[in-house]
Amino acid sequence: MDPTRQHDRRAWRTAALFLFVVGLCACRGDKSPPARENRPGAAATTAAAVSEAPGEKAIKAQPPAVPNAAEAKRYAGSKLKYYSEPVGVGAELDRVMIQQFQKDTGIEVTIIPRPKDATETYSVYQRLFQAQSGDIDVMMLDVIWPGAFAPNLVDLSEKLGEAAKQHIESIVQNNTVDGKLVAMPWFTDFGLLYYRTDLLEKYGYQKPPETWDELEQMAKKIQDGERAASPNFLGFVWQGKAYEGLTCNALEWIASHGGGAIIQEGKITVNNPEAQKALARARGWVGSISSAGVTSYEEEDARNAFQGGNAAFMRNWPYAYAAGNAERSPIKGKFAAGPLPHEPGQKSAGTIGGWQLAVSKFSPNKDAAIELVRYMTSPEAQRFRATSGSFLPTIRSVQQDPEVVKSLPFLASAKDIALVPRPSNSTGARYNEASIAFFQGVSQVLQGKDPKEALGQVEQRLTRALR
Amino acid sequence: MSMPANPAATSAAAPPDHPSLDARRQRRAWLFLLPTLAVVAFIALYPLAQTFYLSFTNARLGTGEPASIIGAQNYVDLVQDSYFLDAVLLTVLFTVVTVLGELALGLGVALVVNSRFKGRSAVRAAMLIPWAIPTVISAQMWKWMYNDVYGVFNDLLVNQLGVLDRNVAFVADPAVSFWAVALIDVWKTTPFMALLLLAGLQLIPHDLYEAARVDGATALQQFTRITLPLLRPSMLVALIFRTLDALRVFDVFFVMFGNRPDMQTMATYAQQTLVSVSNIGYGSAISVALFLIIAVFIMIYLAVFRAEEA
Repeated sequence: MDPTRQHDRRAWRTAALFLFVVGLCACRGDKSPPARENRPGAAATTAAAVSEAPGEKAIKAQPPAVPNAAEAKRYAGSKLKYYSEPVGVGAELDRVMIQQFQKDTGIEVTIIPRPKDATETYSVYQRLFQAQSGDIDVMMLDVIWPGAFAPNLVDLSEKLGEAAKQHIESIVQNNTVDGKLVAMPWFTDFGLLYYRTDLLEKYGYQKPPETWDELEQMAKKIQDGERAASPNFLGFVWQGKAYEGLTCNALEWIASHGGGAIIQEGKITVNNPEAQKALARARGWVGSISSAGVTSYEEEDARNAFQGGNAAFMRNWPYAYAAGNAERSPIKGKFAAGPLPHEPGQKSAGTIGGWQLAVSKFSPNKDAAIELVRYMTSPEAQRFRATSGSFLPTIRSVQQDPEVVKSLPFLASAKDIALVPRPSNSTGARYNEASIAFFQGVSQVLQGKDPKEALGQVEQRLTRALR
Repeated sequence: MSMPANPAATSAAAPPDHPSLDARRQRRAWLFLLPTLAVVAFIALYPLAQTFYLSFTNARLGTGEPASIIGAQNYVDLVQDSYFLDAVLLTVLFTVVTVLGELALGLGVALVVNSRFKGRSAVRAAMLIPWAIPTVISAQMWKWMYNDVYGVFNDLLVNQLGVLDRNVAFVADPAVSFWAVALIDVWKTTPFMALLLLAGLQLIPHDLYEAARVDGATALQQFTRITLPLLRPSMLVALIFRTLDALRVFDVFFVMFGNRPDMQTMATYAQQTLVSVSNIGYGSAISVALFLIIAVFIMIYLAVFRAEEA
């Protein structure tokens, strides 16, 4: 071979290596944070890339101006980190509202999408607090967490106490620990049954199912009929993955069968015949009116199936209402929401959800953070979130606002629902352990284990968690 | 004076208490090893000892109360914990299935890639792609392909080929989810196995095959009489690597199944207890048990290895 060519090639290689190293240095040197607008979108891709439902990118309405801008401007230039909604409409709303907040106040906010799975979010917070980390300023708290995290949260009563008086008292009470208001109510939630009005009509049903038996019959009939055209059509979708959402679903099944809450007045009552019956019923759905895949579904998986027109019934939170009625949604105007079914003689149950906003005690910018919370939980913001995302307001006057009533018609039926709290009062800081014990037991039943045996094990694990 | 100018003089002056060349070399070797040992002690031994200690306490995050020593209570709980026992069984089953599958496939791939054909180096490079993708990403990728509604496998099997009459929930259905996850691991680590075996194949001298051919041995005879026996040391190394890796498997199960109780490995159960539940004491006991179980496997392999060498 020609020696000069050999030489040439070596030179090329050296040059390429040199360029590569220079490139690496250049990349590492670029310490500026990525463009903020891209953050939520980029992080949301895990769920969204394959299952983005049509229409949810379109938040047309303008977010409200910041009412407390004058006060907040004093902290212009502060930098905040906000643990926000990870996916879906909520993430989209967060994005536009944070943009508005930055524009009006000059406070810089970095949106950090929290883990999609609430169980994981809980452990992320726990570790950040254990490390006394200042990397988190404003965060979303599930309704069951204020008790567990109270020692690490700022007392908001001095600055936001007055504003808190507008909110539903029981939630404010829930967020008040040892006389300190540790979190502001942001939105509230309870489980709802969504149903396709057009399909009910097509198959000759006048009204939505009231009992579980009715639901099963209707779902079966509609599923059998629709499968002729779309082979993957499902009767009923819900949240069956082994995570916090399954705890919420199973609490509703058990309560509406007359099995009560799983822990009542500090006593573990989970292993009772009604609860066993409820779980046995749910196991019967897997592979019949629900696909076998339902045991890997979270909220968004269920919503994608329903909103894509591939399911007749769905159990989900109120947010799915606005998403289903979005501009390009295939089921727009073809569905309604109401109370979940129950056993004859029992009441419909809905697990209480809902999220709060709180400020970390270790935040270096507490004042600016409180202003962000003030904005996000203000009547204007709650009204906007209710009409654009069907997030239930926690302020009574906003709930009664005609605009809001129009966009959340299912609120009227809420009085028929027995609201079921999760057992966070009895478990305190051990809530995650108790919830994992419960949803894992339920998950085993869904995979085919005998309900009595599984609930016996749940009972044992709960006893250990509470000892 | 540590370094005398005249070695002959010193050796003459104090021969009895002066260390021999061997001993001096050994001391120097230890001196050179010292930094490494210090680092190992700091990053491996210290956390291990700490975990061992914590496994005898009731330490928890987020309680405020200080941890106290509770003796072997955690271990007593552990042997009665059906979730842990299920996790051990699942992990061992997973290890046996995937390692054997990878060994068979990896051997096949190594033999093909070891033969001469056009574009061999391109194939060798392409073969490594599954191994190069981070497991969390490939697991998520497979999870999408497995999806019961929009997954590509269901589309292929049901719509394109018509092998099945209805969609299968690969991830959710307890009857198939184990095999689904085992397939991901086999897909991902067969290249690694193949690479190690390929290195072993290249060590086998060519003249052995030439001699065999002259003697009229068939291809099968060449394989069983020459290739397999000479490949055994490499195979053993590859098996040790893969077994230990498979026993520690975490990421693929975590992405695919989260906290699903019937699909927990020892490592995901330890993570759940340590991180989600924040029960540091019990979680440490699980970690120690995991460590001991892996140690048992290592000892079995080492015994086999010794016997092999002898």
